[in-house]
Amino acid sequence: MELNNYFKLILSGKLENESFARSTVAAFCTVLNPTIEEINDIKTAVSEAVTNCIVHAYQGKTGEIIIEVSIYGNTVEIKVSDTGCGFADIAKAMQPFYTTKPEEERSGMGFTLMQAFMDNLEVISTVGIGTTVLMRKNILRDVEDVRA
Amino acid sequence: MGIYSEIVKDTLTVYISGDIDEHTAPELRERLDALLNAGGFKRLLFNMGGVDFMDSTGIGMLIGRYKKLKRDNIPVYVEEVNKQMDKIFRLSGLYEIIGLVR
Repeated sequence: MELNNYFKLILSGKLENESFARSTVAAFCTVLNPTIEEINDIKTAVSEAVTNCIVHAYQGKTGEIIIEVSIYGNTVEIKVSDTGCGFADIAKAMQPFYTTKPEEERSGMGFTLMQAFMDNLEVISTVGIGTTVLMRKNILRDVEDVRA
Repeated sequence: MGIYSEIVKDTLTVYISGDIDEHTAPELRERLDALLNAGGFKRLLFNMGGVDFMDSTGIGMLIGRYKKLKRDNIPVYVEEVNKQMDKIFRLSGLYEIIGLVR
């Protein structure tokens, strides 16, 4: 599928940037005319991915988060990468309710929500190198465009 | 993020507004716990009508408050949950411990 549009954002992994990150990605996707529900799905998935970078990958230290968004046809592809600690057992990390920080009231539902709110999720992680989360979502076009 | 609360007939209703995420959760937790510690209620109701966005941080925060009150047998309910939050509540099984009031 041909690449129609693309942007790359590098931002400091600070909690106050979470809202900016999810809103920016959602705003970029509006060219595909998504529903409010689809926009909220994207916001939720981005929020989870960015939270993981800050809380788990960088563990309180500030590092860079790289967000790349590509639009191919009706598909949005979102890549969120960090150069943090990485983790070895991806299958375990993706289990619902699995958390390495239960004492901090964490739900362990981050990857589960990314999976549920997007159509496709791939996680690549190397200990000491970093993690990349790749998510795709097809934005369904209305059968009948009321503006036509 | 903001909260407003009132106690009517033994029910503490907490109206939350804004975004619930990793950035806003610490302050929200602190303010909620101050209300919960003050006591004077037999039932807690979260009104989510003013919440624009919630991610999985909200799940942990809500379960934490539920556990805190469970020790005193105080039930927790939620109302005015938007579509995005409803999806999260369903996926995480939150409605099983925090009942939805319609």
